Amino acid sequence: MKMTKLSALAMTTALVAPAAFAEDMANEMTLVSWGGSYQSSQDKAYVQPYVANNPGVKAVWDESSAEAVAKLRAMNEAGNVTWDLVDVVASDAMRLCDEGLAEEINHDEDLAAAPDGTLASEDFGDLLVSDCFIPQIVYSTTFGYRTDLVGAEAPTTVCDIFDLAKFPGKRSLQKRPIDNMEWALYCDGVAKDDIYDVLGTDEGVTQALNKLDTIKDSVVWWSAGAETPQLLADGEVVMGSTFNGRLFSAIAEQNQPIGMLWDMQSFDLDGWIIPAGLPADRKARAMDFLKFATDTQRLADQAAYISYGPARASSAPLVGKHAELGIEMAPHMPTDPANAGNVHTYDYEWWADNRDDLDAKFQAWLVK
Amino acid sequence: MSALPPYATTGQRAWYYSFRVICGLIFFFLIAPIVVIIPLSFNSQDFFTFTPEMLRLDPEGFSLKHYRDFFSNDSWQSAMWNSLKIAPMATIVSVTFGTLAAIGLSQPHVPFRRAIMAILISPMIVPLIISAAGMYFFYSRIGLQGTYIGVVLAHAALGIPFVIITVTATLVGFDRSLTRAAANMGADPVTTFFRIQMPLILPGVISGGLFAFITSFDEVVVVLFVGSAGQKTLPWQMFIGLREQISPTILAVATILVAISIMLLATVEMLRRRSERLRGMSPS
Amino acid sequence: MSDTTQNGPVLAADGTPLKRSLAKALRMQKLRALMLIAPLLLFILVTFILPVGDMLFRSVDNRIVQEVLPNTVRALETWDPASSEIPDEAVFAALAVDLKAAAEIKVHTKVAKRLNYENPGLSSVFRKSGRKVRKWDVENEGPYKERLIELNDGWADIELWRTIKTYSGTRTMGYFLNAVDMKLGATGAEVRPETERIYNTMLIRTMRMSLIITFSCIMLGYPVAWLLANITTRSANMLMILVLLPFWTSLLVRTSSWKILLQQQGVINDVLVWIGLVGDDNRLVLINNELGTIIAMTHILLPFMILPMYSVMQTIQPTYLRAAKSLGATNWTAFWRVYFPQSVPGIGAGSILVFILAVGYYITPALVGGTKGTFISNLIAYHISTSGNWGLGAALGAILLAVVLVLYWVYDKIVGIDNVKLG
Repeated sequence: MKMTKLSALAMTTALVAPAAFAEDMANEMTLVSWGGSYQSSQDKAYVQPYVANNPGVKAVWDESSAEAVAKLRAMNEAGNVTWDLVDVVASDAMRLCDEGLAEEINHDEDLAAAPDGTLASEDFGDLLVSDCFIPQIVYSTTFGYRTDLVGAEAPTTVCDIFDLAKFPGKRSLQKRPIDNMEWALYCDGVAKDDIYDVLGTDEGVTQALNKLDTIKDSVVWWSAGAETPQLLADGEVVMGSTFNGRLFSAIAEQNQPIGMLWDMQSFDLDGWIIPAGLPADRKARAMDFLKFATDTQRLADQAAYISYGPARASSAPLVGKHAELGIEMAPHMPTDPANAGNVHTYDYEWWADNRDDLDAKFQAWLVK
Repeated sequence: MSALPPYATTGQRAWYYSFRVICGLIFFFLIAPIVVIIPLSFNSQDFFTFTPEMLRLDPEGFSLKHYRDFFSNDSWQSAMWNSLKIAPMATIVSVTFGTLAAIGLSQPHVPFRRAIMAILISPMIVPLIISAAGMYFFYSRIGLQGTYIGVVLAHAALGIPFVIITVTATLVGFDRSLTRAAANMGADPVTTFFRIQMPLILPGVISGGLFAFITSFDEVVVVLFVGSAGQKTLPWQMFIGLREQISPTILAVATILVAISIMLLATVEMLRRRSERLRGMSPS
Repeated sequence: MSDTTQNGPVLAADGTPLKRSLAKALRMQKLRALMLIAPLLLFILVTFILPVGDMLFRSVDNRIVQEVLPNTVRALETWDPASSEIPDEAVFAALAVDLKAAAEIKVHTKVAKRLNYENPGLSSVFRKSGRKVRKWDVENEGPYKERLIELNDGWADIELWRTIKTYSGTRTMGYFLNAVDMKLGATGAEVRPETERIYNTMLIRTMRMSLIITFSCIMLGYPVAWLLANITTRSANMLMILVLLPFWTSLLVRTSSWKILLQQQGVINDVLVWIGLVGDDNRLVLINNELGTIIAMTHILLPFMILPMYSVMQTIQPTYLRAAKSLGATNWTAFWRVYFPQSVPGIGAGSILVFILAVGYYITPALVGGTKGTFISNLIAYHISTSGNWGLGAALGAILLAVVLVLYWVYDKIVGIDNVKLG
């Protein structure tokens, strides 16, 4: 028995769903992602080709990745999982896996090997941070600035964010403690390697918040990826953090006067998980799609639409030009050596343990 | 204050005009946010910004691309159809149940009237986020989450207070001897309802129905919880548009909707005047 | 015949006593009214009241601890949280059994999440130990006290055990206490440290700003409603379109429109700079603060104020005003002593509607309010759809709902809910 969105109506009225398709794979899948140019890169690079290869299959997008953890918890509790594949960041994948809300994957068996035969687990390497997680891209949270509004000298280090004298005006930061706390400590003189040790103490949290206090009145807090590019385009902020792909599309596709500040960019991974407890036919469809969508060529294809680095080592040499603009993509990747001079390595484990606590303190600090 | 009397003093005159100016400013306040989106929907850039080209009235700065996007983009089109499938159904459900209940409530001697009224009004006073989360868990358990029926029921519940309030208001002035007279002359209760009561309370029912329709048509919190990707409505799609993707397409959609509402409101007004003229009433 | 009518009770046409017949008619009438109401009542109960009740129940529900750690909870019964000793081997052995069973189906993280709300850091102790204990033989590999502490020294922390003991019941006041910036310690309720206090501030702010918004709506709505009620119907209907148009326009669109208008590089500031009222380098901050929320929410809720006011003012006879004036009242006195008191029900109806709607809004404040202009509903939404702390979200929601219900009750007492009119 399969239940598609289309037949849902028929089902509730007729109360009996006809077993219309005798195959063992469901014909509809709901893919959850982030919307915007990222989702459209996924759509073009592997969803449309997959649907073309498998006539009769329908893919429905749901732009709910931002609430994926809470929604999957609720779906699990209600025993009603309506999603088939969910695109989440690595730390969310780890939480979901820990909580038994995501299916564990045998990476070598379930995923395609590289063209030269390298097994998937080796091809993805260190990026397989969780047994449930199939990474697609490496992205970074970094800063963009208005080239025409920052004055004669462009910002060169992340600490320029905290320098109101040199760079007056508003800046936008993400409304969460992650990254902001680390940048604050780094700019308050804490050595890069000690950041998490310091942040683990109450004094460290106070120190980070005190540093953020120095610019608090000049910060516009964002919670959705589209906000910083809009704020920069309006000239409402002179600099702001966001995902590097958003800045790329504002600069390269929309010709906005925006420059990139890669210093202390914060790397993160984004990839698929399959929700636990899917019926066999839907799971089979999801696995089939997954194998196709995460192979070497597909991940390289995605990089032709958005400036995020493919998660497979074997995809990197295949990254070429932007599919529509014809510019070389490599220099716009966060992993490009020219951009990755000084990076901040985000500690998943540490945040998994301390997130709830710091979230509460950060929220309390925000409303003060 | 139909007009200024000829004997008005200077002070009265000054007050009369300044009052009109104040009211004009308030109307301007009401309408400005709607006026401002119209030119922006013709923006040739993908941001909500008045570009220098637009301010110079340079044709380069304007384009119809966001309108094209709305009409050619599958997700916008299916969102519009979903909205058009959900809102009228929700309206019908809330108007039917709501009108019956309002008639019941307007009878003399209804036991527990206050308590019943409070329960029926509750969808309006419970903060939306609580309703949404509660419906999510409960509807999941009974298999309604993520279904068309589920969204319709949820939206109908949200629209009911408006129907109850508007219909009971028209029933307050309803002359009960009319129904008794009809019954006396041999009309059964159903005939009485449709021939006597309904025409008289119709304005209340229609305005309640409009409120219920708009509640569903503009509702984004509950549908995000109770619906699934297959029931993505226009507000849902707009919400995504605001959050994940900078696209003035939502301004184009809004402009189209504003144009439709102006036409609807104007048509209603014209029909009303026409019927007044036909009935030989002069507009007061 | 005649003597029965003189001595017995008055009879109805069918011979039954009139009193009984009347009572029967009344009963029928009540029954008919209830029959008309019943379908809707049932509908609302199932589609709305039950779901909301179910949600609010989460604010006291604490079954998870007993479900996941049944043996540990039982073993802890004899342990005194006031003592300075951590529990003995029996408790640890029970914990090992529970943890292994839970880790196999990955539910240990749920209890970890629950307890972490009360004692941050506890989550990682559970998660890390769960991964290892899963592979243990929990029957005969003791002593478990040493082994667990060796695995993670968090188990040696007496605060952890106090937390488990305090939250071992199936019902808890923990969420409600958290919602008023307190927590349940081993010795009873205590106030949270200053860095974690947030909800009282937010509740007060929500009430204060909703009042300001309601007041702004009265100030802006009254003149418009008065104008609409005192011009020809034809002009009133035309002007009514201006009131209804915003009402018909998507909330999301109106909110983004306010963003375009109010931001520092926005239309209003541009115009002010252009006419020279403010300098280009000190543009007004109209958004991402309280002011932004107040302006946008006043705009969004204004029609809800104008419509009930208008319908009340329509019923006020203009002759009263003329009578007052002909008796020698000045314009102001006539208005204030005669017209205004009659329009108060409209103000009341509009105010209650606007206030109740205002306290529940969260999308508009989230978009234009920055950090200073957000409401308690924003935090409820945050806990429900981001942090996943549904219990706390439900507790905050219950408090907010209680406030709204008190207002509704007061309103119903003073004005009566029947007197609310919309258009």
